[in-house]
Amino acid sequence: MTNHAWILLGVYFLTLLLLSKPLGLYIAQVMEGRLKYGGVIENTLYRFCGIKKDEEMGWLNFTLALLFFNLLGVIAVYLLQRLQISLPLNPQRFANVSPDSSFNTAISFVTNTNWQGYSGESTMSYLTQMLGLAVQNFFSAATGIVVVIALIRGFVRHTASTIGNVWVDLTRVTLYILLPLSLVFSVFLVSQGVIQNFVANKDIQTLEVTKYDNPKLDASGQPIKDAKGNPVTEPAMTQTQTLPMGPVASQEAIKMLGTNGGGFFNANSAHPYENPTPLTNFFQMLSIFLIPGALCITFGRMVGDPRQGWTIYAAMSLLFLAFAIGAMTFEQQGNPLLASLGTDQSVTAMQAGGNMEGKETRFGIADSGLFATITTLASCGAVNAMHDSFTPLGGMIPLASMQLGEVVFGGVGSGLYGMLVFAILAVFIAGLMIGRTPEYLGKKIESFEMKMTSIAILVTPLLVLIGTAIAVMTEAGRAGIANPGAHGFSEILYALTSVANNNGSAFAGLSANTPFYNVLLAIGMWFGRFGVIVPVLAIAGALAAKKRISVTSGTMSTHGPLFVTLLIGEVILVGLLNYVPALALGPVVEHLVLWTGH
Amino acid sequence: MSRKTFTLFDPELVKPAIVESFKKLSPHIQWRNPVMFVVYVGSILTTILWLQSMRGQGEAPSGFILGIAVWLWFTVIFANFAEALAEGRSKAQAASLRGLKKETWAKKLHEPTSKASWHSVPAIDLRKGDVVIVDAGEFIPADGDVIEGVASVDESAITGESAPVIRESGGDFSAVTGGTRVLSDWIVMRVSANPGETFVDRMIAMVENAKRQKTPNEIALTILLVALTIVFLGVTVTLLPYSLFSVSVSGNGTAVNMTTLIALLVCLIPTTIAGLLSAIGVAGMSRMMQANVIATSGRAVEAAGDVDVLLLDKTGTITLGNRQAAAFIPAKGVTEATLADAAQLSSLADETPEGRSIVVLAKQKFNIRERDIQGLGAVFVHFSAHTRMSGVDLEDRQIRKGAADSIRKHVESLGGAFPKQLDQVVDDVARRGSTPLLVSDGITVLGVVELKDIVKGGIKERFAELRRMGIKTIMVTGDNRLTAAAIAAEAGVDDFLAEATPEAKLALIRQHQSEGRLVAMTGDGTNDAPALAQADVAVAMNSGTQAAKEAGNMVDLDSNPTKLIEIVETGKQMLMTRGSLTTFSIANDVAKYFAIIPAAFVSTYPQLSALNVMHLASPASAILSAVIFNALIIIFLIPLALKGVPYRPLGAAILLRRNLAIYGLGGVIVPFIGIKFIDMILSVARVV
Repeated sequence: MTNHAWILLGVYFLTLLLLSKPLGLYIAQVMEGRLKYGGVIENTLYRFCGIKKDEEMGWLNFTLALLFFNLLGVIAVYLLQRLQISLPLNPQRFANVSPDSSFNTAISFVTNTNWQGYSGESTMSYLTQMLGLAVQNFFSAATGIVVVIALIRGFVRHTASTIGNVWVDLTRVTLYILLPLSLVFSVFLVSQGVIQNFVANKDIQTLEVTKYDNPKLDASGQPIKDAKGNPVTEPAMTQTQTLPMGPVASQEAIKMLGTNGGGFFNANSAHPYENPTPLTNFFQMLSIFLIPGALCITFGRMVGDPRQGWTIYAAMSLLFLAFAIGAMTFEQQGNPLLASLGTDQSVTAMQAGGNMEGKETRFGIADSGLFATITTLASCGAVNAMHDSFTPLGGMIPLASMQLGEVVFGGVGSGLYGMLVFAILAVFIAGLMIGRTPEYLGKKIESFEMKMTSIAILVTPLLVLIGTAIAVMTEAGRAGIANPGAHGFSEILYALTSVANNNGSAFAGLSANTPFYNVLLAIGMWFGRFGVIVPVLAIAGALAAKKRISVTSGTMSTHGPLFVTLLIGEVILVGLLNYVPALALGPVVEHLVLWTGH
Repeated sequence: MSRKTFTLFDPELVKPAIVESFKKLSPHIQWRNPVMFVVYVGSILTTILWLQSMRGQGEAPSGFILGIAVWLWFTVIFANFAEALAEGRSKAQAASLRGLKKETWAKKLHEPTSKASWHSVPAIDLRKGDVVIVDAGEFIPADGDVIEGVASVDESAITGESAPVIRESGGDFSAVTGGTRVLSDWIVMRVSANPGETFVDRMIAMVENAKRQKTPNEIALTILLVALTIVFLGVTVTLLPYSLFSVSVSGNGTAVNMTTLIALLVCLIPTTIAGLLSAIGVAGMSRMMQANVIATSGRAVEAAGDVDVLLLDKTGTITLGNRQAAAFIPAKGVTEATLADAAQLSSLADETPEGRSIVVLAKQKFNIRERDIQGLGAVFVHFSAHTRMSGVDLEDRQIRKGAADSIRKHVESLGGAFPKQLDQVVDDVARRGSTPLLVSDGITVLGVVELKDIVKGGIKERFAELRRMGIKTIMVTGDNRLTAAAIAAEAGVDDFLAEATPEAKLALIRQHQSEGRLVAMTGDGTNDAPALAQADVAVAMNSGTQAAKEAGNMVDLDSNPTKLIEIVETGKQMLMTRGSLTTFSIANDVAKYFAIIPAAFVSTYPQLSALNVMHLASPASAILSAVIFNALIIIFLIPLALKGVPYRPLGAAILLRRNLAIYGLGGVIVPFIGIKFIDMILSVARVV
């Protein structure tokens, strides 16, 4: 790692640390209803919608209401895409999106995955982007926070039958947390050059003629491949360039803050209109971890023991730092095959060195490696470099980051509830090991909680493994592979991992905008999201109903270095056991082939 | 105690266990353990694959498939053996418990009257309705009701009260309890319970016959193990398509075969803990029985591990059952020797433990010998419930001893005065945790005999140990606050409840429970029954009343109240053993991956041999070694499962760190060594 990389990582982590506490305490204040202002807007909204804000819900009603709310979101986004040609704010006159792509995109944005099978600038009208996608960016983020707050209430309350009012929680999260933060961040982005307009795309004449290879497509829009499985290309040239326009800044802010990651443009945060400068890049990275980090503090505050929150925070931080250092190191090492051809991959004043394939020169190795780690750990999925072009081990970092289950900071809300599920598992085994019925924060962990914990931990890996198996077994699945050999396997594994963990980043390379992948991945996204949320809310309900056990010196403490170690070990072990064989056939073998001079 | 003890692999137990482990191969028994059922199905599948290979259609060399199949069967049988061995021990112990009956003799009357003749019968032969006579100094042979006579009975072992109680026919004080002792006089009583129908008997029968029910933690753990099994099923099943795909894109090698996948699956699923889980539970109950404690359910034993608060009766538990004279404190103008002499005279015919201890103290301090009361012409005045005094009448002296207010009343009724200075002495004595016994001669109050509660030796250390375990001890006593506080301080308990009534005990338990604590208590008296029923872990003394035993969820055959510490330890051990073996089992998977993954795919991607860090001889021997290790580890861990992971009161953090290091880190390292070792043997023997 270069000095620049160390400084970047250090400054990044310190800034995050400084911001987490105040924001975390503020979120606790909002969610406990202790906020002094804003009551007028909130109460007007409740009156308008007929919500009785003091009426609380049991976990089942809470869950059903949340599912209903998300289902409405799916329908809304689907219809907006299917009808966009007849709706306003479509200056490019983009046609209605195909049913399978609309379905995939609707599920994708509602589940906070933001997997994008389409290219934003050539598919979606401004109305679809704003009213469909951006709105779901807010609501899917709010859903995650609401679920984790309900789980925290499960720990806080005792002998209670309710875990809160879902409508009130959704309103407060959106109104007091997501909207103000997004507003400030959008204005900052505009100041740095992110565009915000409603005008049509602009064509300009370039000074030079650009020559490029255009992949040949068959009648159905799929790339044609030669006998070896490589795509067939034909040379092409052009002297016009289209500059896409649109209301980018308003969507960009919540894309990062809500760990959504669905870019306005296909190039996502690698596009200069989305992420123009190293400074915006820094703040985009910061905004990804901002709320997930703060929620740890919220957790500590709400359960009345800040140490509990910091313990989770510490476990997440250590994993994050290790992964970030790994990604930046592997990418800086460069490509041995290029080195043997005499390419200069060293760091100099004029170049970043290392493996620059697929990276923006304005970001370089460190900013790209760090961004890739953050975006995959946080279930964000925004990208500022092409993960497909990372070195095998560098590319395994984003893959492994997602396979840990998106619990290292993770998605807003979902990261913390995922980590708390791991904590419950850790407490269960450790509790047995010290000879007591396992308890976490004064709540006994019994068979019902274990059942739900098992489902929550089990559902994602099964979706990934079985989904990948289906894809490699079917003709339709294999057709989308762009690269032959083990890398093709990695591409499919990455796609399934990304959707089932609700990350949404793509390895690229895989042509996934086909009915087969649209449907397969949509199923992965939906169950990867709600297959975890439902058991988590069930745990919340069960915990809330329990008595609280007092802490004695015989109680295992769930804060401090020992528990941090235990938690990290647990997360890594579960990830390893689930994915080692699959990783061995993908990135590991690629790496061995690459470095043994294939 | 003539109990048979068994060594771990006692041939007497091993032989039937081997037979049993084959009998347990029946599918409807295997089905009950989902994880082992997967191994069972795997064994059957590989056996079929082997038969197929014998006909020349095998997917792999038939020797290899046979090796895997045989060792998979061994895995199932080893798990069965562990369970059978634990069950065998438990049954043998229950059987030997039956023989453990207190051999007391009873004087059975032929007519229900004291005038009738009697003959001796063993207490266990008494039946409901039989009438027996019990004389002074004898044990009451069974529970029953007094129908004739009055006697003072020492029930301190049961009720916790050190003072003897009066039992007489009719009224509220007619019930007597088996195991208590008549101190003076005699009673005729009618037996009210058949010995064969006692609580303990019924429980032994239960342990022997009833199928063990899974405890709550065991159920939760099973759920986790099943979840892991499902995940690993997903991991291995999907490897087939991955492998097919890899073969097709790389154009090398052959796809992974079924035998290898089954072997991988069995190695990955937590067979070690699943195979030993039921043995751990049975062994826990059996360890309790070894400690002479019978628990009504495994749930109760497990709950014992979680206890936060322990209620202990003072008398009999913390202090010796009876108080002893510790000092003579004379009134002003009286010498200590005079007081001692009078006190000794008044106690010569007093058979209560307190009375005897006065005689002993007088001899120790002033060498006052025992005198012949008849020779002195003395008339002994028995303790009566009315006067609450006892004493002796000599020709010109009238010596009495009793509680302060009784003596005050007595002296004042004779026209004397109670010296003011003694009020202070009485208070001081009480504050020291002792009981003041006043002695008067005629109208003169001679002074105070200090009766001291003797705190049992070593009890303070036991309480310190409990504190280190995180358990708070509370002493319960009928004494006043001053006395209670002094004894509590001496014994080193954390808290005490003085002037305890049954209601106060119940309230105390409820209060702790509402604060989220788990309360354990020991009890034996009928008045303890409500509190026992309320407590989470309730240990009734075998010497206690029927009501107490019914209310508790464990019975201590030795009637030793400090046994609770052992019960807590056993409960903790059961959980620790499960947790540690689970950790060990999961940690093992790392090494197994390193053994099997390169072996399974090296034909497709030769570069994967870099992952063969153990340098195992060949793919076939790597896979076989992992399977053999997986089977043998069950056998190696049987002693640990039966004995339990040792518990030490070190505090949660240290305990966790130790067990994580041993079973977590050890679980990662041991299989690397084990698999390599087995592989070396296999390649030397040229098996594969």
